[in-house]
Amino acid sequence: MATVIIPTPLRKFTNQTARLQIEAGTVGEIIEKITLDFPELKKHLLDPQGSVRSFVNIFSGDDDIRDLQQEKTPVNQSTVISIVPAIAGGKR
Amino acid sequence: MSTQDMEFSKEELARYNRHIIIPEFGEESQLKLKKAKVLIIGSGGLGSPALLYLTAAGVGTIGIVDFDVVDDSNLQRQVLFDIHEIGKPKVEAAKRRLEALNPHVKFILHNAHINSGNALEIIKDYDVVADGTDNFPTRYLVNDATLLLDKPNVYGSVFQFEGQVSVFNFVNAAGVRGPNYRDLYPTPPPPGLVPSCAEGGVLGVLPGIIGSLQALEVIKVITGVGEPLSGRFFTFDALNFENRTFNIKRREDNPVNGKNPTIRELIDYEQFCGMRAVEEKPVKEITAKKLYDWQVSGKKFKLIDVREPSEFKIVQIGGELIPLATIADHAGQIPHDIDVVVHCKAGIRSLKAIRELEEKFGYNNLYNLKGGILAYIDQVQPELTRY
Repeated sequence: MATVIIPTPLRKFTNQTARLQIEAGTVGEIIEKITLDFPELKKHLLDPQGSVRSFVNIFSGDDDIRDLQQEKTPVNQSTVISIVPAIAGGKR
Repeated sequence: MSTQDMEFSKEELARYNRHIIIPEFGEESQLKLKKAKVLIIGSGGLGSPALLYLTAAGVGTIGIVDFDVVDDSNLQRQVLFDIHEIGKPKVEAAKRRLEALNPHVKFILHNAHINSGNALEIIKDYDVVADGTDNFPTRYLVNDATLLLDKPNVYGSVFQFEGQVSVFNFVNAAGVRGPNYRDLYPTPPPPGLVPSCAEGGVLGVLPGIIGSLQALEVIKVITGVGEPLSGRFFTFDALNFENRTFNIKRREDNPVNGKNPTIRELIDYEQFCGMRAVEEKPVKEITAKKLYDWQVSGKKFKLIDVREPSEFKIVQIGGELIPLATIADHAGQIPHDIDVVVHCKAGIRSLKAIRELEEKFGYNNLYNLKGGILAYIDQVQPELTRY
């Protein structure tokens, strides 16, 4: 099963779980499964058309899936998927 | 600057000795620091450690941009300031502290809101920019301004337990330009989806770590020592102590410096970030002064406070506490037949509460306190505790 790392700001939607183990063949399937398991995640990850939001980056290993095969990027047992949303804090 | 200024005095050689004796660094790199002009945008959580370390390290000229004054609630993480500076402009408080740390550094203060009208003018004379601001519009503004002016931008950002660092728009020794913020995140989240640190909080030591990493990258960019974090994106999860460094690339569709640029000057970043979007119908607002009029006139109305109990303990203005997350469950306590004012700290959570109540229960008598309890303190009761 592939490992999905949930960033701290989104853990409130995954019962504070930092890592999920998901059985899937592609990044798209992973997103589908985790948004089914944790419906609150959906509006943070996907736009109303169902595409990954442009302020959320998904990395397979060290690489952005936009530089791979987007949602069709294949995953295997050892793949680590990281979800990294934009954050803006720093001053106040 | 005269050539004499660009040599080191005995005092400086002694001060920077621990740098100079590193074989890979040496007097040459130290001299590059002295010649450099660095602009730190935001002297808060990230800016504090970045300014302290860059001053200590001997950067010759440091510009500081901040419009804020020092507040009690800053001291949990903004280690540049102390209790004697509360209420004073941050740039001036910062200068006092930093001059005491290193008298060989020249400081240029910009006590202003950086915006599309002044950003190019403020940034143009500096060699490197470090972005330690706290909101998406300013992040995109600083990004675009540094692209238009061809400056490297050392980016750091924090939220709760999460930190991010990268070096944007850096041209390496081979002349290859690295990616920037718009390559990483083409568009910002809609307002309200991602809370700010002022709303969502941040563990104080985290900006200490991330701001220090920004200082490190600024020094590497200036001196050419090591490999700057260009084309790479560092994330740090302080909760699990996990860090990852991802590869990021330039994109052809980048509107500022992609294949077919459409943005050739600074734009309205509030609008770009949806702050002025009219997609949702506006809610009724009331100013702090008007609320005060209602309170002293004996008018029949109800005041609801949707902040958290921990905030209620710090300061309150007579509202009934119903935290935002529980507002729908307590709709029974909110009347339909008299005016109801809803407030939070700054006016965002109360807006969400009103939208939820209007949608689910059809209220049409709810007023959002504009600017929240902070505006009330500023305009009506300045003796109350700000946080």
